[in-house]
Amino acid sequence: MPEQLVYAMEVSLNGLMAGVMYALVALGFVLIFKASGIFNFAQGVMALFAAMTLVGIQTGQVPFAHMINAIFGTKIHHFGWEIHSVIAIVLTVFVMIALAWAVQRFIFKHLVGQEPIILFMATIGLAYLLEGVADLMWNSEIKKLDVCLTDGTCLPQGINLAIDEATYNIFGYGFFIDNLDITATIIAIILVAALVAFSQYTKQGRAMRAVADDHQAALSVGVSLNYIWILVWSVAGFVALVAGIMWGAKSGVQFSLSLIALKALPVLMLGGFTSIPGAIVGGLIIGVGEKLFEFFMSSNDLAGALFGFTMNATENWFAYVLALIFLVFRPQGLFGEKIIERV
Amino acid sequence: MLDQTEGYVTADGRQIGPVVMEMKNITLRFGGVEAIKDISFDIREGEIRAIIGPNGAGKSSMLNVISGFYVPQEGQVFYKGAPRPQMKPFEVARQGIARTFQNIALFEGMSVLDNVMTGRLTHMKTGLFSQALWRGKAEAEETANREVAEKIIDFLEIQAIRKTPVSRLPYGLKKRVELARALVAEPSLLLLDEPMAGMNVEEKEDMSRFILDVNDEFGTTIALIEHDMGVVMDLSDRVVVMDYGKKIGDGTPDEVRGNQAVIDAYLGVAHD
Repeated sequence: MPEQLVYAMEVSLNGLMAGVMYALVALGFVLIFKASGIFNFAQGVMALFAAMTLVGIQTGQVPFAHMINAIFGTKIHHFGWEIHSVIAIVLTVFVMIALAWAVQRFIFKHLVGQEPIILFMATIGLAYLLEGVADLMWNSEIKKLDVCLTDGTCLPQGINLAIDEATYNIFGYGFFIDNLDITATIIAIILVAALVAFSQYTKQGRAMRAVADDHQAALSVGVSLNYIWILVWSVAGFVALVAGIMWGAKSGVQFSLSLIALKALPVLMLGGFTSIPGAIVGGLIIGVGEKLFEFFMSSNDLAGALFGFTMNATENWFAYVLALIFLVFRPQGLFGEKIIERV
Repeated sequence: MLDQTEGYVTADGRQIGPVVMEMKNITLRFGGVEAIKDISFDIREGEIRAIIGPNGAGKSSMLNVISGFYVPQEGQVFYKGAPRPQMKPFEVARQGIARTFQNIALFEGMSVLDNVMTGRLTHMKTGLFSQALWRGKAEAEETANREVAEKIIDFLEIQAIRKTPVSRLPYGLKKRVELARALVAEPSLLLLDEPMAGMNVEEKEDMSRFILDVNDEFGTTIALIEHDMGVVMDLSDRVVVMDYGKKIGDGTPDEVRGNQAVIDAYLGVAHD
């Protein structure tokens, strides 16, 4: 087998796993958009907020420590305890549910029936507000995120030796696949399966689908829109937490984490704003596409031989150009509902 | 006057029970416009009660007041003998009042069966956790709900399209699916907003038959709105006639037919 093809395979595999990470973020957008027609610009900040809250609770940080110290002249920063990861995750879930309730109660309850652009603007406001709250609550330094079940078994990092060895035996070249990416993929699969089961087989899931389809009809069969919207924001908050953990474990919990929302945009253009499978397939296509394109364009033997020049750092713009092409030829995305405007 | 507690016997010999829903001096305004002006009437258990009137008479507004979509400025709604506090539409639905819509509000993305099953949401009690595990109680409940849904689907003769996405159905069938969804809730009061609007003669006949059969088979109390006078007179036990937001007639179809104010409203006499 030609060695370029083997490299391309490795790049594709890594692309698939990067795609899973994008899909995780896009999933949160789709959930809220489907149920309420709100394009939640704050989804990325929610992931950041969730990750910061998790680290803060884990390490026993005092929330709003700077503010408290400034007002009362105290010097407290830590409670002096460490909390087990699992308990910290459960507590963070409760914080995200409280956030969902607050967002519905104080913002969107008052904006029912408003134009989509107004709802969108409100989420931009929410994004900045939440970023400010996150800073105030847990301060802005970069934090390391370790999620461990017991002392020994943490989220794994680094090269997966089994795959390295297996591929070396087949191709004479060991693939570099990060253990964290593999874990993220498995967790994402479980998460999506759980979401599908939830929406198909539970009363709340059925009510959620009903609200996503038709508000008036949902009301007439006894579904409380307010309750479902809080539920949806809570689920999106949970998805944000999972995304926040994965991205945080990969590159540290820092404010640039909220920018992953921008990476989710092209994924949504591809997959459609209303489709959960679309978010996943869109994420995978972008992940594989941008990694393969980068590999191809930066190689002297491939792009160099073919076009006479090479390009680097195409990863920065590839996804957006692809999204642009989709906007021109298939604006509803691969899986989105066809947009028909009645005259 | 009819007896408030006993009920009455219809011309075809059906026993009509006590009052289920009573509207007392209802007034509804939109800004300066009075859509409903001081209207009172009642709906009795087991009867088919029609609200008729020309376009813009305030019939749909009245139905929306009953189902909680509109809140009247004045008056009181009594349900099963007790005054009803102000409620959201979903709370009204949970009290056992199901409805259909003039412009059809179905879940277009779901199949017929899924649509009908949403009508059972008010009857689903099992908690999230046991549902997720799909065991015991939740499973039994799901089976029971499925049985009710299948029974209604059979009854309304829509078995053949059970798995079809609603968006692909013609208008007449959509209306029937909407009726099925309202029926599976086993409502104490079923509200039909222009069930025959936009239908051809054959579809109207089908729908009339289904409404009569539903009332006959399940004893469902039905309140319906219609502006097609002929259809209503054949269907209903008692009729309220509205015009320009006011009640101009109330009684059996025969009584209403002989009412001069009703004849004027329908034939068009200059209003002063």
